Amino acid sequence: MEFDPFVLARIQFAANISFHILFPTISIGLCWVLLYFRTRFTLSGDKDWEFAYYFWVKIFALTFAIGVVTGITMSFQFGTNWPGFMEKAGNIAGPLLGYEVLTAFFLEASFLGIMLFGKNRVSNRMHLISAALVTAGTTFSAFWILSLNSWMQTPDGYTVQNGVIMVESWWDIIFNPSFPYRFMHMLVACLLTTAFFIAGVSAWRAKKNVDGPATWKVIRTGMFMAAILTPVQIFIGDMHGLNTLEHQPAKLAAIEGIWETERGVGLTLFGFPDEQARKTHWKIEIPKAASLILTHDMNGEIKGLNEFEGEHPPVAIVFWSFRIMVGIGFLMLMVSWWASAQLLRNTARKTMLINVLSVMTFSGWVAVLSGWYVTEIGRQPWIVNGILTTKDVVADHGSGMVLTTLIAYLAIYAFLLASYILTLRHLASKPAKSLETLQQKAQNQQSTLNNTDASGTEAL
Amino acid sequence: MNIEQILPLIFAGIMGFALLVYIILDGYDLGIGMLLPLANEQEKDQMVASIGPFWDANETWIVLGIGVLLIAFPKAHGIILTTLYFPVTLMLIGLILRGVSFDFRVKAKTEHKKMWNNLFFLGSLIASVSQGWMLGFYVMGLEPSGLSFIYACAIAIALPVLYIMLGCGWLFVKTEGPLYIKATRWARLTVIPLGIGLFLISIGTPLASPQIAEKWLTLPAAIGLLPIPIITLIAFFTIIWALQKDKIMSKKHEWITFACMIVICIMSSLGLAYSIFPDIIIGQLTLWETASSTASLKFTLVGVAIAVPMIIFYTFFIYRIFSGKATELSYD
Ligand code: HDD
Ligand code: HEM
Ligand code: HEM
Repeated sequence: MEFDPFVLARIQFAANISFHILFPTISIGLCWVLLYFRTRFTLSGDKDWEFAYYFWVKIFALTFAIGVVTGITMSFQFGTNWPGFMEKAGNIAGPLLGYEVLTAFFLEASFLGIMLFGKNRVSNRMHLISAALVTAGTTFSAFWILSLNSWMQTPDGYTVQNGVIMVESWWDIIFNPSFPYRFMHMLVACLLTTAFFIAGVSAWRAKKNVDGPATWKVIRTGMFMAAILTPVQIFIGDMHGLNTLEHQPAKLAAIEGIWETERGVGLTLFGFPDEQARKTHWKIEIPKAASLILTHDMNGEIKGLNEFEGEHPPVAIVFWSFRIMVGIGFLMLMVSWWASAQLLRNTARKTMLINVLSVMTFSGWVAVLSGWYVTEIGRQPWIVNGILTTKDVVADHGSGMVLTTLIAYLAIYAFLLASYILTLRHLASKPAKSLETLQQKAQNQQSTLNNTDASGTEAL
Repeated sequence: MNIEQILPLIFAGIMGFALLVYIILDGYDLGIGMLLPLANEQEKDQMVASIGPFWDANETWIVLGIGVLLIAFPKAHGIILTTLYFPVTLMLIGLILRGVSFDFRVKAKTEHKKMWNNLFFLGSLIASVSQGWMLGFYVMGLEPSGLSFIYACAIAIALPVLYIMLGCGWLFVKTEGPLYIKATRWARLTVIPLGIGLFLISIGTPLASPQIAEKWLTLPAAIGLLPIPIITLIAFFTIIWALQKDKIMSKKHEWITFACMIVICIMSSLGLAYSIFPDIIIGQLTLWETASSTASLKFTLVGVAIAVPMIIFYTFFIYRIFSGKATELSYD
């Protein structure tokens, strides 16, 4: 069987970035949460928070490590799979990626060492500062990469000379029209994913009765965080959609499954878009609602896909991915509000809460991936919207070569994901290391601080 | 020379610097990865502890090196990485395996620890060998031929040996007791192949590549270049001297091997840089032919000028915090 190397290259890139993003999402969010735990402990001296910190910092280390190595893979992928992209858009993509390395990667990678192993070598203050610097690093990293990605979606501040994209204004490039929305939406997505992740894993712990109060404190942190952030995310998402309507109407039409340009368009909740027949089967819609939401006018006009025939993205996958993301968004809203109400009341129905939260552990991942699929597949056939098509920039490797490496990557990813989740389970179900032994250990370490150099055994 | 011609030079310098730092820093931790199977359980933990706080930042230098290649020489970046597609993928798989094993080995179930140790070794080996192969093939101008293949294979063996020696040097600095003694033994075994490797590469490279031969063996240049082999030789024999039984055990000698290895790495890089310059892909493209636009380079240079000194500063800071011997890990 012959595969199209172009399709394979895309699948390979998509597989790599999809696997990569799972881990940054948690690294970015968990960093903030760890900072919160550490600060709570520093302020109150409550050992539960310290315990929560040391439990989660281990998981953070694991997540971060996978994020780093899969990220290094990503930094080579542009060259190995899309050399044309770098040749034509390198003047813009290069510096943005460069700034990410300079301002973010070194910062996070360097201070991570102190955060994980520095416990006995630096003061609590320095430890806190290191955690803050790692947090800043991951957030800067998201800033630069999302700036580049947003520029590819809504390019601005450039000119084209002899087929090469040249810089006109760095300000307009970095703060391109969709960047503020994408950056906010993604940061909140990281926090939400993390909120359900820590609550979910803690729910497994609660089920096994591990570590009593500390575990419940983490669950509360997660759910209160989610209860506040989910409405924020829905609000940002809505604004993001308006921005997409303005700058990428074809993508928006695919998201909504709108074929004809019309006024007073209904909001399709559900249906099966069919690109051959160019209509959506079995659709359930709310009359005029799409026009209302998107143009703030019941009879506002929205461009349909037929306007962009031959130049619009595959419809069904964008349509469905969007609904999965939004569906999970509303599910998160319900769960977090219900859970918060339960947690605030003393008569909480704990078994049910634990079960629901366990099920939701990885829900953020699903939403994040679907969100990115909307964004990235929705950009097709362009790699840089309106300027450069994906087909123009692909490397011409033989399909056998790409297939071999693709299979190798997939095998490793499956193995890593399984190991990650099994290790989480293993760490989560370890019998409680009671807070007393923790204290005892701290005392021992205090007394031996000067003559041994135990390197942060806790973090491991 | 105007700014348009100078900028690519500056960036070539930064790229060379980043890759040199990468070879030294990730070299020692890859080397330790390759030495892992030779140690017993407890020593393994000690070895891993000695690189624990550093490996992540070490790997970031290759991201910077490749990043600068991409920023400053996008066309060369495309050609080099597409030509090296397969070995790059192998290297990445190696780096993935070792990076995660490092963490999993202490967090996963105890009965799986052995598997993660093996993967740590295997990942380090795969990454080092493929890096060596790519370096060799790159020096041969990325031209597929029998000769380049043989040369690339030779470097694919030599670079891991260099890394192992760096790893031993690092172990002298970071460990004590039985592991230190073992590391001495490993270093004594490695130093001979290292010497042979360096010698063969010095002889073999001009033989294999006429372009490089021409650069080194014409007269005024040849004399000017003499310090490079001479300093390398001095460093090499200093290591041999330092590895003698009575010497190695004294405190002062703990760092000599590592320091001399750094000197060897610097000298080899200088030699390599001289061989390649002013091309970026030997015999095909010069630095200037592939440079990206001046506006982009200027914009990036600002960031580099501010960030790189800061990075160097806090890297030193962190090595200071974690200076001294790394003791073994303990588990809860
Ligand atoms: C929104 C966030 C985000 C997105 C969209 C991406 N990354 Fe990432 N990446 C991070 C957020 C991040 C991070 C939070 O900074 C990481 C994740 C692991 C880690 O935990 O640090 C990281 C690590 C990381 C590393 C290793 C850094 C190190 O050595 O410490 C590289 C080289 C990349 N990434 C490269 C990329 C590339 C080329 C991407 C796009 C194609 C990409 N990342 C998408
Ligand atoms: C982090 C989450 C991301 C996910 C899950 C994701 C997902 C995808 C997917 C599924 C594709 C394939 C689309 C197709 O071929 O139909 C793709 C393509 C691509 N993405 Fe992303 N992406 C992400 C982030 C980024 C970022 C941050 C960048 C660049 C800064 C980027 C650059 C690209 C490029 C260059 C392609 C290949 C060309 C193309 O097919 O359009 N992606 N991505
Ligand atoms: C429920 C209401 C939500 C709405 C209305 C919404 C809206 C959107 C829209 C319109 C896009 C595509 C933007 C574009 O590329 O043009 C998008 C992308 C995305 N969404 Fe959502 N979203 C919602 C919830 C969520 C949730 C709960 C998460 C994750 C926890 C999430 C994560 C993402 C991600 C990661 C992307 C891709 C990155 C980006 O383009 O910002 N979204 N969202």
